[in-house]
Amino acid sequence: MSDHHHKETFITKYVFSQDHKMISKQYLITGIFMGVIGVFMSMLFRLQIAWPDHSFSLIEAFLGRHQDGGVMSPDIYLALVTIHGTIMVFFVLTAGLSGTFSNLLIPLQIGARDMASGFLNMVSYWLFFLSSIIMLISLFVEAGPASAGWTIYPPLSALPQAIPGSGTGMTLWLVSMAIFVASSLLGALNYIVTVLNLRTVGMKMTRLPLTIWAFFVTAIIGVVSFPVLLSAALLLIFDRSFGTSFYLSDIFIDGGVLHYQGGSPILFEHLFWFLGHPEVYIVLLPALGITSEVIATNSRKPIFGYRAMIGSIIAIAFLSTIVWGHHMFITGMNPFLGSVFTFTTLLIAIPSAVKGFNYITTLWRGNLQMNPAMLFSIGLVSTFLSGGLTGLILGDSALDINVHDTYFVVAHFHLVMGVSAIYGMFAGVYHWFPKMFSRMMNKTLGYWHFWITAIAAYGVFFPMHFVGLAGLPRRYYTTTAFPYFNDLSDINIIITMFALVGGVAQLIFLGNFFWSIYKGKRATQNPWKSNTLEWTTPIDHIHGNWPGEIPEVKRWPYDYSKPGYKEDWVCQTVPLMEGEEPT
Amino acid sequence: MLALFYILIAVLIASTFWQLTNIFNLKQDIATEEDNDQQGKLMFAFMIGFYALMIFCFWKYNAVLLPESASEEGVRYDTLYFWTMGLIIVVQAFMQFFLFYFAYKYRGVNNRKAFFFADSHKLEMIWTITPAVVLAGLIIYGLSVWIDMTDPSDLKDPLYIEVYAQQFRWEARYAGTDNQLGRANVRFIKGINTMGVDMTDINSADDIPTRELHLPKGRPVIFKFRSQDVLHSAYMPHFRAQMNCVPGMVTQFAFTPSMTTEEMRMNKHIIAKVENINKIRAEKGEDSYEFNYLLLCNKICGASHYNMQMNIIVQEEDEFNKWLAGQQSMTQVLKQ
Repeated sequence: MSDHHHKETFITKYVFSQDHKMISKQYLITGIFMGVIGVFMSMLFRLQIAWPDHSFSLIEAFLGRHQDGGVMSPDIYLALVTIHGTIMVFFVLTAGLSGTFSNLLIPLQIGARDMASGFLNMVSYWLFFLSSIIMLISLFVEAGPASAGWTIYPPLSALPQAIPGSGTGMTLWLVSMAIFVASSLLGALNYIVTVLNLRTVGMKMTRLPLTIWAFFVTAIIGVVSFPVLLSAALLLIFDRSFGTSFYLSDIFIDGGVLHYQGGSPILFEHLFWFLGHPEVYIVLLPALGITSEVIATNSRKPIFGYRAMIGSIIAIAFLSTIVWGHHMFITGMNPFLGSVFTFTTLLIAIPSAVKGFNYITTLWRGNLQMNPAMLFSIGLVSTFLSGGLTGLILGDSALDINVHDTYFVVAHFHLVMGVSAIYGMFAGVYHWFPKMFSRMMNKTLGYWHFWITAIAAYGVFFPMHFVGLAGLPRRYYTTTAFPYFNDLSDINIIITMFALVGGVAQLIFLGNFFWSIYKGKRATQNPWKSNTLEWTTPIDHIHGNWPGEIPEVKRWPYDYSKPGYKEDWVCQTVPLMEGEEPT
Repeated sequence: MLALFYILIAVLIASTFWQLTNIFNLKQDIATEEDNDQQGKLMFAFMIGFYALMIFCFWKYNAVLLPESASEEGVRYDTLYFWTMGLIIVVQAFMQFFLFYFAYKYRGVNNRKAFFFADSHKLEMIWTITPAVVLAGLIIYGLSVWIDMTDPSDLKDPLYIEVYAQQFRWEARYAGTDNQLGRANVRFIKGINTMGVDMTDINSADDIPTRELHLPKGRPVIFKFRSQDVLHSAYMPHFRAQMNCVPGMVTQFAFTPSMTTEEMRMNKHIIAKVENINKIRAEKGEDSYEFNYLLLCNKICGASHYNMQMNIIVQEEDEFNKWLAGQQSMTQVLKQ
């Protein structure tokens, strides 16, 4: 592991690297690339929603055989929302978020030379890369990519006769996701083993930064739930290609009865959501961990309620595995099950609320350093709260009846998961950019990026709740088939405008990010005056992280503005003073 | 409108490039006291703007929302919704305020130390126990409404209607005088027997197939849902009703219509909504619209998912019976 003496070629340093810091950058770049594609897709289908009969040269240029005179076909509309969801949830917010920051920070913050297995780590990235390539290839098959929603419920996803995208496009989707699951599992195993085994002297579990707790628990949720998605996908492959009937029964399509007998789509829904719900916490917890770190550092105060924060991460993780049925209240499953899931779902609001209160208390009487990372972290607390509160309606089975699968759901999950997690990712990039690239990002561009994004995000998703409450279902190619929805066109246009502004504003971030890698101001040793171990490594990072011995840890990471110290920060390696109580 | 938007985009791109030139300044890229002050004030301004957005949406978009419940069971739904939404609004108003106000008030100045406050058992207890108690109340209330809405065993003299979904339309089948739906399966689909009714079942003979859903006011209806091909979902928002249609099984949902179509057309909220809709339609040269209850497909089912239509008409019970008596039974339909 402490291989600082092996000879490095271009290939072993930049391509097939086993160094966690290089791998984290590979995840980040791939995640950003997929994110640009995902955002672009959302801009295309928002154009269709706002102006359904309008011809767009953008659509004409990009959608080829799937459009006619600049108006997209209903099939490709469904494909766009499907691939948008798949890319954003898995490729950007799981691999791009966890893959980047778990890899970067776990060894650095716990005091290890690298991950437990550099080789498996490298394999996990290249599997992710391969899975991304296959997903992108699926966009170009003749009948179109997978189009049954990112949730790909059968029979729609099993039968090419039901929708063209369920042919080759769906097959490639399944192959891509199977490889993605393998990548995630390898990554997660590495994170768990490294956190448990490779902490430096003095780094007790109760001295770990909350980022590490978040990544560690996220990885555990991942190994518990991703294999179930794999099983769901495998059974779907069997139904599609080998004539089995796990999910299919009594189907008449294209003028004849199919042979399937005895299966149920609800089985798929259970298997899918058994991953699907923990997945949203796999997306969110790392963002929350990053927020704890960024808010504490930039408030110059300890994160309030460190132990309660750990407790709530664990509680959220545990509860997340027993709430999946709240996605299925009106599937036709036994109403008693619905009651059980309502109970567990509303329980999960408690640890989430605790975290929200703790973040806000951390700000109270702090000395807030308004770096771009801090702005995004504050933004996350706001959107997490806004989005989480509407969960009280969706998680309550009775209330879900009239809002399930409407735009109310779309607004909810975008705020609580999409926007919050992407804010966490941005905060992480702005905060740890100096550690990744030895340079600083431009803060003025960071401010512009934040404010335009924040205004656009609420401009898109707050009005959207009302579209859902009005009764408009999601995944509708157009509202114009029902005159009852004619009065929603204005709101849809406003939403689209904010979405387009928000999408274009990300160019500010992209420009800042790539420019700063090469031309950013050189970073200092510890620009944010942070207590955690990663800032004790050299500015130009090295293989093996520390040139000499790995530092030993003497205290927890949150001694900011501790009475008795001249500076408002105390690195974790500083021994306790005579008579000082550990916090 | 579109031109304005293109201009906005152009301005944004231009300002992006302009800002990019700041890179050459190589300023200190860590927040200074001025930055903290400016950003803190922006946080306060954002809070004002955010509250303004929320208030604006609640005020302006009230008109697009659903009218009062058109089913008896839906009344309890609406009350539960009202209290839950009330709670949400109160919590949101308080917590967003504290967040943004603290972000403004405690914006960093040099030479001030933050208050070292790492823990408070008392506070943690308060904001663990309080949400727990409130949520326990919500759970109990919510489950009571859920049981009401999903348990049809107490319904008096319910009418059975099958709603049958396929790519991309709906059909319905009334249970006839015996109030028993005959067995059905896709294997029996043949010619005019489009729903696959098993005519060997004696209960099927008097079943009545229709392409229009008429419902009697004041009489409970138990819907039995089937699907021919893929997942669909029967969503009838005015009645606070939704249930997936699953190929391979029969699902059910029940409600008691409480307002006829005519009565709902006279509802003040609906009158205003329809007026607004017709104004929009007139501008586009489209013919005018009269309110009808909606049946929407609400589970992605293929290309025309957005356009599965079947009329729902709620009538007084005697008018409904008259209409039903005028329809043909399965036996009569198949004889033709």
